[in-house]
Amino acid sequence: MTETLKGIAASDGVAVAPAYLLVEPDLSFEKKSVADAEAEVARFDKAVAESQAELESIRKVAAESLGEEEAQVFDAHLMFLSDPEFTGQISAKIKSDAVNSEAALDEVAQNFITIFQSMTDNAYMQERAADVRDVSKRIMAHLLGKELPNLASIDHEVVLVAEDLTPSDTAQLNKKYVKGFVTDLGGRTAHSAIMARSLEIPAVVGTEKITTSVENGQMLIADGLDGVAIVEPSEEQVADYRKKGDDFAKQKAEWRKLKDEPSVTADGKHFTIAANIGTPDDLAGVLENGAEAVGLFRTEFLYMNSNDFPTEEDQFEAYKKVLEGMNGKQVIIRTMDIGGDKHLSYWDLPEEMNPFLGIRAVRLSLKNKKIFRTQLRALLRASAYGKLGIMFPMIGTLDELHQAKAVLAEEKDKLVKEGVKVGDDLQVGMMIEVPAAAVLADQFAKEVDFFSIGTNDLIQYTMAADRGNENVSYLYQPYNPSVLRLIKHTIDSAHEAGIWCGMCGEAAGDSTMFPILLSMGLDEYSMSATSILRIRNEMKKLSTEELASLADKATKESLTNEDNIELVKNLMADK
Amino acid sequence: MEKKEFHIIAETGIHARPATLLVQAASKFGSDINLEYNGKSVNLKSIMGVMSLGVGQGADVTISAEGDDEKEAIAAVAETMSKEGLAE
Repeated sequence: MTETLKGIAASDGVAVAPAYLLVEPDLSFEKKSVADAEAEVARFDKAVAESQAELESIRKVAAESLGEEEAQVFDAHLMFLSDPEFTGQISAKIKSDAVNSEAALDEVAQNFITIFQSMTDNAYMQERAADVRDVSKRIMAHLLGKELPNLASIDHEVVLVAEDLTPSDTAQLNKKYVKGFVTDLGGRTAHSAIMARSLEIPAVVGTEKITTSVENGQMLIADGLDGVAIVEPSEEQVADYRKKGDDFAKQKAEWRKLKDEPSVTADGKHFTIAANIGTPDDLAGVLENGAEAVGLFRTEFLYMNSNDFPTEEDQFEAYKKVLEGMNGKQVIIRTMDIGGDKHLSYWDLPEEMNPFLGIRAVRLSLKNKKIFRTQLRALLRASAYGKLGIMFPMIGTLDELHQAKAVLAEEKDKLVKEGVKVGDDLQVGMMIEVPAAAVLADQFAKEVDFFSIGTNDLIQYTMAADRGNENVSYLYQPYNPSVLRLIKHTIDSAHEAGIWCGMCGEAAGDSTMFPILLSMGLDEYSMSATSILRIRNEMKKLSTEELASLADKATKESLTNEDNIELVKNLMADK
Repeated sequence: MEKKEFHIIAETGIHARPATLLVQAASKFGSDINLEYNGKSVNLKSIMGVMSLGVGQGADVTISAEGDDEKEAIAAVAETMSKEGLAE
């Protein structure tokens, strides 16, 4: 039966392929006594051997498709699987208690999990608890004759289906086979949606019930252009959507031609279109899409894709790689934005009532100067290899800015004294995402080389609405005149002080927001690499003259978010 | 049977990487090798066993080996302990 689900369009494109459910099977079991314990131990050994063979093949596929580093996760699992104490205790229990393998496995695994979890002062051991859980799940699945889903073992084209995708899931996505994904949860700014855009995989999120609507292997359409998922489509629909996908690909090919063109308006004014990246691996997409700069390098992924704090050397190598890869074009690197919804397994941070209003980003850096200094040293050393801008996130007060700049200056002095080369055209800037900083932008502008507006946070803090909370999603209003006034004041303040102002939030690549920002004279637009050519194409059609009055209308005459959507729509109607 | 006592000086005790190295060292030998701490004894060839003891700084542990290569086994474990700055 064909079923159409409405969701949120999270990443452009159309995928048509069989569904692959990343949903765990039911692994519940009954505790039974066994008459022949020897036979039961043999049954257990067989499940372990099967798990081992399976893990080895997953590891192999992962190493080939994702790289050796991603594959190493499975080494810990393999080690536990062949651990004499673990399997030995289980075999012993089967014999001594005459119970089935499932019961013995569960009890022994729980013991280890409890022990490891009780070492609360040690994040490493807590992770090992998760490993034990994973390994025992795998053995349990083999005992029960069930199959565990595994991203790394996918070897044919699929549309991935999940409740939500975690950062570690998305790190394991193989673009060759995963043609798109559809989830129950999430919004356009969720981590999984951002990743989908950077991987250029079509995605529909927030369908609420895709995991219960589709079965493994059923045909599934993910229309990331309009936010629709179709389960078991008719032949006609399959043909229509394949065509829609092809048309989109053609349009993209058309945009591709703009790759080496400068970003100019119809009346010949140049503005910079830059890319947001998370890791040095994103560089390929940045260059392919003709970015004129990197406007935001989110360094937190260096911390999140690691089992311990990344060393100065590791960070230096990553930053240097991006700077060299950009070949003299500017690269803005943001110091770590951990906290809020981003956590590290190896760093125990306090539980907070309101993590987004708590200790995150630069607040955390200033409280943990050792970690901050390591990052700044790596950045300063890398600055010799290109045109670097260092940017502090979540600055709310001048005092925070002074503190951050002071630490940076100290580290710079130390390096110079050590005889280490530091770039001489290094710029230092800040994010404008806390309303307090936006309101006081004229003062901040005197003390930095640039601003970059972070719209996701600026909007959520201005509207006092959690961007992940569906009950208040109606308050996520990027075009609300209040938000636009803050943006305009920030840009005007930058220009009065003679510094440049950019935007690195998703709004910079938004077709409705873009003409308004252009009208305000924003200098730099940093977005997902995949949006660059579309926006460059739009810029070509607009002239600054005809946009001259738009900024004033949007901030002074419009009363609501919707007024501004209408305003831009009318303006663009004849384009 | 060969036995040797160690006083753990490493700040983090026997965790993570040091535990893995000890297990790797022990696994090279045919003898049965055990780690005894706080009245509990585990197989030193088991990473889960070693980690589950939660051996911290200042702990006194006993390593015992029994088998054809028991002497060599104890010597190898002792070498790993001192090379990694784990114990004295």
